[in-house]
Amino acid sequence: MKTITKVKDLQLMANTIRQDIITSLTEAKSGHSAGPLGMTDIFTALYFNILKHNPKKPQWKDRDRVVLSNGHICPVLYATMANAGYFPKKELMTLRKLGTRLQGHPHREALPGLETTSGPLGSGLSQAAGMAYALKIDRKNNHVWCFCSDGEHNEGNTWEAMLFAAKHKLNNLIVILDRNYIQIDGNTEDIMPLDPLDKKYKAFNWNVVTINGHNMKRIVSTLRNARKNKNKPLMIIANTTPGKGVSFMENDYTWHGKPPTKEQEEMALAELRKREHSLEGVRCSQCSKLHRRCTCIEGQ
Amino acid sequence: MKLKGINTSLNLRFVEEKIPTRNGYGDELVTLGKNRNVMVLCADLTDSTRVAKFRDKHPLQFVEIGVAEQNLVTVASGLAAMGKIPFVSSYAMFCPGRCWEQIRTTICYNNSNVKVIGAHAGVSVGPDGATHQALEDIAIMRTLPNMIVVVPADYEQTKKATHAVAKYKGPAYMRFAREKTPQFTSKRTPFTIGKAQVLKQGHDVVIIGAGPVVYECLVAAEMLQKDGINAMVINSHTIKPLDTKTILAAAKKCSCVVTVEEAQIIGGLGGAVAEFLSEAYPTKMKRIGVNDHFGESGSPDQLLKKFGFDSKSIYTKVLHFCKKEKSKKK
Repeated sequence: MKTITKVKDLQLMANTIRQDIITSLTEAKSGHSAGPLGMTDIFTALYFNILKHNPKKPQWKDRDRVVLSNGHICPVLYATMANAGYFPKKELMTLRKLGTRLQGHPHREALPGLETTSGPLGSGLSQAAGMAYALKIDRKNNHVWCFCSDGEHNEGNTWEAMLFAAKHKLNNLIVILDRNYIQIDGNTEDIMPLDPLDKKYKAFNWNVVTINGHNMKRIVSTLRNARKNKNKPLMIIANTTPGKGVSFMENDYTWHGKPPTKEQEEMALAELRKREHSLEGVRCSQCSKLHRRCTCIEGQ
Repeated sequence: MKLKGINTSLNLRFVEEKIPTRNGYGDELVTLGKNRNVMVLCADLTDSTRVAKFRDKHPLQFVEIGVAEQNLVTVASGLAAMGKIPFVSSYAMFCPGRCWEQIRTTICYNNSNVKVIGAHAGVSVGPDGATHQALEDIAIMRTLPNMIVVVPADYEQTKKATHAVAKYKGPAYMRFAREKTPQFTSKRTPFTIGKAQVLKQGHDVVIIGAGPVVYECLVAAEMLQKDGINAMVINSHTIKPLDTKTILAAAKKCSCVVTVEEAQIIGGLGGAVAEFLSEAYPTKMKRIGVNDHFGESGSPDQLLKKFGFDSKSIYTKVLHFCKKEKSKKK
């Protein structure tokens, strides 16, 4: 697979993945919208710039491991994997349908390239820690990348895993926390306050970095530096906007667990395409200016 | 023991010295540890689950998790994903008791090669009381797809079962007792997962047991001889997959079936046999076990008597059952 190095190209890929998330969710008629869109930039950076993997050989033994603990955001994982070449993109339209490899929550045995099964929250970090521990005792230098959510820090299993990873100084374990402040019933700080999460992780003997989860340049540099992480496991707290890229979904917790309707799909895709054209600098057919500078209707 | 119809091909050997089944697990693990991929994870119960010898002999393959059973099984799932063969050791009440969903999702659904070990099962745990006496573990593990359930009957059989479970690829649950229990299988007694053992032939009633109570079933069968009842005794050490072939043949021959287990009869061995026979060959059954009840504090002997797991209680119940069924036929 070709690595994407330029920030703008990564942003374009993220845009494509967001469009795929929207279309696959609309087709599925159920599923989670906000989380996948919020984590798209980081998934894109990881899979297209950082990760040691081979989409044509998903079982390659020297690969990095990716563990998605908050399984409900799998539309972003599926769309990223499809764009990376793990499976044909048209298969995204089978999401959540009978007989699909793209189960409503990811199932390892169903699709090559998935490292775990998840859905019930709070168990991914432990599994990732188990993998990182195995790599340590086998003296291998691959990394385990674990995605988790803020909401699943309500689960005791997560805190058990935090203790375990710190005890064994699993510096090959890199956790990316989707800090979007929403969960099903509302704002995370109303449901069960988590702040200050960074200080909590530091107190648990973790290295902690906090980033803007949509600043592609910062994401890439942070993930790249993560490979040099030493002595402790690394927690990257990514502040993200749930529903990022689709203005009517952004920061609205009601979009946590529902898909767009057909009309909403069109609105969302129009907005994403506009952003795509702006990034690409496509010429407007109305005024022939580059879209990013165009002020006529098409470019708006 | 003077038993008519004992199955000589099994090379049974009755030894006076009693040993807990959990010791067989600990001893066999030390040997299995020569395979560097075999790992043992424990949740702060290293001595009592008998994995201390393994820890001392193979320290790099031992992981102390602390009192965190959810983490215990999920870390194991991660290790199994990397090709390890993890055995997770705790009391059955805590694992699988506390972490059933994690076992379901991260071990069974994934078909992970994790071996879940539930020690201190049954009322014979004794004075610790009902909170520590796992009676529901067989039922909750048996219902999980991909999971097998093995309940060895004595020390030697536990060694063999541990060995077999390590070789078996996939999720497995093994259940042990705390107390010292009689030995009756020998080094030469065969053991195959899923293959029940007809310990004693008979034709009036078949007593199917699992775990150390199997010995009590044999003693009860000996007592029944004096009443003119010739009981068949089966050691169903594997509850899942159930050896339906052996059980069907026994039911056809004996027409009365009794199951004995130190566990809830709802969903346990009794449940498994009843489910099978009610569809395949409806047979009069008596399930001996704990019936929708909790245990309590007491000495193991007192509790085994109170809950009816000693040979005399089993004898009395089987005798009563047989007489009742016989009188119905007349």
